[in-house]
Amino acid sequence: MVGTTVTDQTSQQQTPTVVPPRLEVSEERRAGGDEDFESLPSQISVHNLDFFYGKEQALFANTIEIKKNRVTAVIGPSGCGKSTHIRTYNRIFNLYRDQKARGEIMMDGENILSSQTDLLELRRKVGMIFQKPSPFPMTVFDNVAYGLRQHYKLKRGELSDRVEHALKRSAIWDEVKHKLNEPGNALSGGQQQRLCIARAIASEPEVLLMDEPSSAIDPVATAKIEELVLELKSNYTIVIVTHNMQQAARVSDYTAFFFEGYIVEFGPTTQIFSNPVQKQTEEYITGRFG
Amino acid sequence: MSTQTEYLAGPAGPRDAAKAATRGRLRLGDPIFRVIATICGLIVAVSMFGLTAVLIVDSWPAITGVGAKMLTTVAWEPSQGQYGALAALVGTALSTIVAMVIAVPLALVIALLLVELVHPTVGRVVGTAIEMLAAIPSIIFGMVGLFVVVPWLQATVVPWLLNTPLGKVPGIKPGPSFAGGGLSVLTAGIVLAFMVLPFITAVSRDVLRMVPQVTKEAGYGMGSTTWEVLRKISLRYANSGIVGAIFIGLGRALGETMAVAFIIGSVYNVLPHSLLDPGTTIASLIANTFSEATSKLDVAALIELGLILFLITLAFQVLAQIWLRRVQRTTGGRA
Amino acid sequence: MTTTVAQAGNTGQMRRRPVAGRKLVDRLVKVSSWIAAWFGIFVMGFLVYEVIKRGIVAINWDFFTQPTPQDATMTSGGGMANAIVGTLVITLCAALMAIPTGFLGGVYLAEFGRNGRVATMVRMVANVIMGVPSIVVGVFAFGIIVKPVQHYSGFAGSVALAFIMLPVMARTTEDILNLVPNELRESGLAMGAPRWKVTLGVICRAARGGLITGATLAIVRVAGETAPLLFTALSSPYWMTGLFGPGGFFGGPVANLTKTMFDFSGSPYSYWVQLAWGGALVIIVAVLGMNILVRLLFQRGKEW
Repeated sequence: MVGTTVTDQTSQQQTPTVVPPRLEVSEERRAGGDEDFESLPSQISVHNLDFFYGKEQALFANTIEIKKNRVTAVIGPSGCGKSTHIRTYNRIFNLYRDQKARGEIMMDGENILSSQTDLLELRRKVGMIFQKPSPFPMTVFDNVAYGLRQHYKLKRGELSDRVEHALKRSAIWDEVKHKLNEPGNALSGGQQQRLCIARAIASEPEVLLMDEPSSAIDPVATAKIEELVLELKSNYTIVIVTHNMQQAARVSDYTAFFFEGYIVEFGPTTQIFSNPVQKQTEEYITGRFG
Repeated sequence: MSTQTEYLAGPAGPRDAAKAATRGRLRLGDPIFRVIATICGLIVAVSMFGLTAVLIVDSWPAITGVGAKMLTTVAWEPSQGQYGALAALVGTALSTIVAMVIAVPLALVIALLLVELVHPTVGRVVGTAIEMLAAIPSIIFGMVGLFVVVPWLQATVVPWLLNTPLGKVPGIKPGPSFAGGGLSVLTAGIVLAFMVLPFITAVSRDVLRMVPQVTKEAGYGMGSTTWEVLRKISLRYANSGIVGAIFIGLGRALGETMAVAFIIGSVYNVLPHSLLDPGTTIASLIANTFSEATSKLDVAALIELGLILFLITLAFQVLAQIWLRRVQRTTGGRA
Repeated sequence: MTTTVAQAGNTGQMRRRPVAGRKLVDRLVKVSSWIAAWFGIFVMGFLVYEVIKRGIVAINWDFFTQPTPQDATMTSGGGMANAIVGTLVITLCAALMAIPTGFLGGVYLAEFGRNGRVATMVRMVANVIMGVPSIVVGVFAFGIIVKPVQHYSGFAGSVALAFIMLPVMARTTEDILNLVPNELRESGLAMGAPRWKVTLGVICRAARGGLITGATLAIVRVAGETAPLLFTALSSPYWMTGLFGPGGFFGGPVANLTKTMFDFSGSPYSYWVQLAWGGALVIIVAVLGMNILVRLLFQRGKEW
């Protein structure tokens, strides 16, 4: 079965024990069209990731493969470790003294958790969009140009071309093309979030991490962002954390279900939502808890 | 608002009972209260206009008698009818500039350290200590300046400075009124710097701490270094708060009396040719010569100096408001 | 336009800025920040140390009981007692004038005027006054109290200090009252209580800690001022003798700590200088002590 952990069904315990993944693909459980999970190139390979807030462990032996140019959704009840998990992919947790990660996260052949990793380069390759839209205190143009100016040497003309291109890809160009010199936070919530997406993709990352990107904005804007995710996946690998299961079902190719720091189940979205293997997954999806 | 209706549509009992109880009661309390409070508010405003009026009225003899000469001539000899305050103006400007040049970068760097670079507990403790230092009265700075800084500068720093090539630079090269370098514009500037430093640091630190964590994370997430996040994001966010604090510090440095009166050397009649020369400021001129003011014109002249100082600080306050408004426009209305 | 844009994911078409340079700058800033910051902190700590070192010598029983020496040959005995008492009296009188008025003014700003034109003007003016140098305030008090009656007085000093305290108290009160949630006001009024009862009884009780802190800090701040007293209360080597008459509060100069320190520091007698340092130490202890006290008592919840 496609999964990474196995729950001890006979015991009454909620916390699953960890078993190395045995990936097996069968007919009914493929994403979209025919897809051979194993043969897809992996963008991020996580093995036995543990995470600690001080002395408290928050993630337990997470193991998962994020495939290139696919959308992987991370779902689970509040506090189960979804955000904590994806925040290891760009090591943003390093900002906080008492947060530590242990294990292996392979990207482009190297373990990004090692102390040799160049964080600046990692964060150029892995872009992040936060739950609360957070434009920088500068104009719309400067927001999008931020990463471009920082990492690349560009001529003025090429810079504005790329800014325009990023805003177009984020489906916000028409709304802001006359407002490029206005402050970023003069936009509405949904627009701000799309601005943040434009900002992230302008500097040509490989991965986009989205941490509940639409939970703080209205449904119409949410729909726009979901459309965006589907379009962007052809060029970027996207990992999206969401507490909205319908969103996960609409938007993602693969889904991982987290519970109390463990990855309970991981597989193609269609399988997770129609035919979950684990009882807990089924209970969560049908709304029995969480 | 739902909360409003919640409260107003509460259980029927108490509200109706209270309403019944107040029916027919003379409601004098409220209007009287409102009037008194309003009067007190207006007193604040009136006191300000009163100050301006008194200053103008009481300095009128000097305004008409001395006129523009006060601002343009150097000689301050009341006994000979001369009231030239140019030296004081120059001294005020120089000492303030020196103070801000030292204090502002130092304040920002300390604030940066406390917010980003040290352990949070250390940052909190040191931050509180700095807030307390901001409360220390200026006369104590003056005393430490006179008894500690002046001798040290005179004995150690100035002789060393004069031996280096810096000693020949105009502005540092001693002028005709040089008195050893201890009692000098530079010393006054240094003491002023450490007097405004705690305040600017405390406000900068407070404002930097208010930068939302998400925004900073977004900056780091884009692959920025600590310095880049500070420069491009945090400082912009905190801009108006810091600029405001700098202007307040500037105003204090301009008008400071006690920290300066002891140590600037009190030379009223010669312009300082270098930072190492003694001089005077408007505030210390007033403070030091008031007791010698004998004639009505003398007193009026000193009051006119007070008026000039008042107008200068007022001008800077207006400037600050204009600047702040412009800053808020470009960074998106962030207070 | 689109021909110059690289394909997404293909960064080979953009020239990279060297990362090493950026990291170096970051490192440099961090290092110099450590050095400069600790230098600044050290200097400020040194200042406090010097005051303590020089002042502690002067502190003894006499310091708090004997009046200021007039005899230049004294090398012991004498103290600053009259000056300390004078400062307390002058400051208290100023507080009696400024604290209630400032408080009610702040109530006006927070509860009645709010964003109206008058209130906005009052707020602006208060901000301006807070930026006026204290010596100018002293000159003002001289013009309005001393000149008309042709003599200095402790009362004139109090007026000057009150002038400084007034806007501070008003703004502080306004800020603190604005922190009280509106729900409290509404529920008070909904009970049928008159406005003044709600404001004074409910709101101010809720904001009690902040208000006391604000008032205390305002008082402590002006207690250390010197410049406003230079031409108003002046100073005196004697004890204050009642209210009127040449030695009284309203009648003539009153001894006070800060002006005396100013005079003694400038004097050529080392014993007098030592007494001045004693005064400095007393002031620092009082100021820092009150600051710590109000924080401990009233800001337990807040992070400090």
